Amino acid sequence: MAQTMFDKIWNKHVITGEPGQPQLIYVDLHLVHEVTSPQAFEGLRENKRQVRRPERTFATMDHNVPTEDIFNVKDVISRRQMDTLKKNCTEFGVRLAALGDRQQGIIHAISPQLGLTQPGQVVVCGDSHTSTHGAFGAIAFGIGTSEVEHVFATQTIWQAKPKTMGIHVSGKLPKGVYAKDLIMALIAQNGVDFGTGYAIEFYGDTIERMSMEERMTICNMVIEGGAKSGIIKPDQTTFNYVAGREYAPQDMAAASDYWSQFYTDDESAFDQQYDFDATKLAPYVSWGTNPGMAVPIDQPFPEPKDINMQKAYDYEGLKPQGQAKDIDLGFVFIGSCTNGRLSDLEIAANIMRGRKIDPNITALVVPASRAIRDEAERRGYAKIFQDAGCEWREPGCSACLGMNPDQVPAGVHCASTSNRNFEGRQGAGSMTHLASPAMVAAAAIHGHFIDIRSETI
Amino acid sequence: MEPITIHTGKSVALMRNDIDTDQIIPKQFLKNILKTGYGIHAFFDWRYLKGSGRPNPDFILNKPSSQGATILVTGNNFGCGSSREHAAWAIKDWGFKVIIAGGYSDIFYMNCTKNGLLPIVLPQAARDILAQATPEETITVDLEHQKVKYNGREFAFDINPTWKDKFINGIDDIDLTMSHEQEIEAFEARIPSFG
Repeated sequence: MAQTMFDKIWNKHVITGEPGQPQLIYVDLHLVHEVTSPQAFEGLRENKRQVRRPERTFATMDHNVPTEDIFNVKDVISRRQMDTLKKNCTEFGVRLAALGDRQQGIIHAISPQLGLTQPGQVVVCGDSHTSTHGAFGAIAFGIGTSEVEHVFATQTIWQAKPKTMGIHVSGKLPKGVYAKDLIMALIAQNGVDFGTGYAIEFYGDTIERMSMEERMTICNMVIEGGAKSGIIKPDQTTFNYVAGREYAPQDMAAASDYWSQFYTDDESAFDQQYDFDATKLAPYVSWGTNPGMAVPIDQPFPEPKDINMQKAYDYEGLKPQGQAKDIDLGFVFIGSCTNGRLSDLEIAANIMRGRKIDPNITALVVPASRAIRDEAERRGYAKIFQDAGCEWREPGCSACLGMNPDQVPAGVHCASTSNRNFEGRQGAGSMTHLASPAMVAAAAIHGHFIDIRSETI
Repeated sequence: MEPITIHTGKSVALMRNDIDTDQIIPKQFLKNILKTGYGIHAFFDWRYLKGSGRPNPDFILNKPSSQGATILVTGNNFGCGSSREHAAWAIKDWGFKVIIAGGYSDIFYMNCTKNGLLPIVLPQAARDILAQATPEETITVDLEHQKVKYNGREFAFDINPTWKDKFINGIDDIDLTMSHEQEIEAFEARIPSFG
C-alpha cells in the first residue's frame, strides 16, 4: 500500500502502540525555551527524574528577550523566567544558548542554522511554530508543557498519528509574491481549522524551486491553518543546507542516502489531496483578528458572514469593502520565526535601500538569531535599515507576541511579517496586519500598504 | 491527575468560534514559573475593562450567576493558536472541569488530557441546546458511557479510548511510559549515526 513520507518517518519512530491508537514515538530532537519549560523542569525535580537524553535537547531564550539592550532585562518576572532556564539547564545538563551567546536566537531559527534539525527526525518543542522544522522532511510539532516534561523524562511522546493532506503547488510565483503569500492564501481560502487533525505535505514544482528559508516560512504557518505539522520532502536543496553546519552529520553522503528514503509513494497515500495554482497568487494582507481573515492586496475586505467577522471589524475599526491600502499604519515589524531570516532581511533591505520610512511609522527590524544579525551587518543590511529610520535590534521573538518590551501601542495598526493577528497579540489593543517582508518594507516607506506588483516602491 | 467518571455541574456558554489561546490567557501572564494562579487572568482582555481594569459586567464569566460553573460550552476550533498549556491551566484554575466544543486545536486538546480537563466534542445542534441551560440547571457528563445529559435529553460523544482511560484512572503518563523502558533502550541502540 502506498505510504506518505510522514507515515514512513512515523513508523520508524514507533516504540509501542497499535496503529489507529495513540502510539509511543521516539523524539530525536527536543527544543526548549524559557516560557514553556519551567513547570516541566519543576515536575522532574518533584519526582526525582532526570533529562533522559540531554544530548538530544537544546535550549535558548527568545520570547522574553529585550531586543533593545539584551543584557538589561528590566522586567523582574521576565528575568526570573530566564534565570530559571539557566539554572535548570545547568542542573539537568542541557545545552543552552543564553542571552549574548553566538548561538542564541528564536529557537526555530537557530536549530536549522546549527544543523540540529535534520531530515527524518521527530522534532518537538513547547511552541506551536515547531511546525517550521517540517521544511527539512522531519515530523515536527508543538507540544504543551506537560508533554515537555514527558519528553525530558522519557525522550518519547504519546501521539495519535494525524491524517495526512497533500497539497500540490504548481507554477511560478508571480513577481512580488512570496512563500508567505502562498501560505496566507491557503489559510484565507480554507479557514483557520482546515488542517486540524492533519499533517500537511507540500510538494510540486513551486515547492521544489524554493529555498529552505521559503520552505520554513510555509511550514511555520501551517499551525495557523490548524495543522500541527507541515512537511516537505528532503532533496538536494535540503542536503546542501544542512551540510557543513555545526551539528550536521560528518558523513553527509551516508546521511543523505538514508534521508532519501523519505518520500511519498504516490498521491493515493494521502487522506486528502488538493492542487494549488501558484501562478494566480497576489500579495496577501490580513485585515481581521485571525490569519484566515486576509485578502489579496487588490481585493476589498469581505462582507461579515458571522459574529466573529463582525467582532473583528469592530476591533480593527475597519469596514467591509474597505481596502488594505487605506489602513492607517503607525508601526512596522520585520522579524519573527516566520520571516526574520537572512533572506527576509535581504528582501526588505533591497526595498529600503536609499529610502526613508514614512515619518508616521515606527519600524522595528529584528533578526531571528545572532548569526543572522551578524551576517546582515556584514552585508550592510543593518545600515540600510538604520539609514531608512528603522530600529535595528538584537535577536528575539520581539513584537511578534510582545512578551517583552517590544509592543505595538493600543489603537495602532501594525504591518507585520509575523504569523498571528489575534486581538492584542502584539500588545493590548494593537491591530496586526500580516504580510510578506516585501509588502511590509514597502508599507514602511509609504505609511500604508501598496501593491508591490504594480506600484512604484 | 484527579480522575473523572461522572461530573454534574453548572454551565456557562461562550458561543464564539476560533477562540485562540492568546484570548484565553494573554502573554503577560505566561511569565510565571508555576502551574497555578492563572484563573483570575482567564479571558483577561474580555473579562476586564480597558483603562479601569474593573471586571466587565457584560462578560459572561463575570456574571454572579456564572460563579461556580464547572462546564464550559463553546464554539468550533477552541484553543487554536499558541501551544501555551497556560490556557488549559487558566480554564482549570477558573474552576472548569469539562469543555464542550465543536472541536479543538490538536495541541490544546492534548494539553487538556494532561490536566484532567475533559474536552468533549458535540455538534452545533447539541451545543445550542446545552447553551440554554440556566444557572439553576445542571448538565451531567457521564464519561464512562460517553453521554452528556441535560433536561431529559442525552447526547452521545466520541472519545479516543486511550485518552478516556487516562481521564477515568488519572494515570501518570511518565510512569506508564517508563514501563516501556527496555523498548526505548532497544530503539535508541538502533538509531543510525552519521558521525
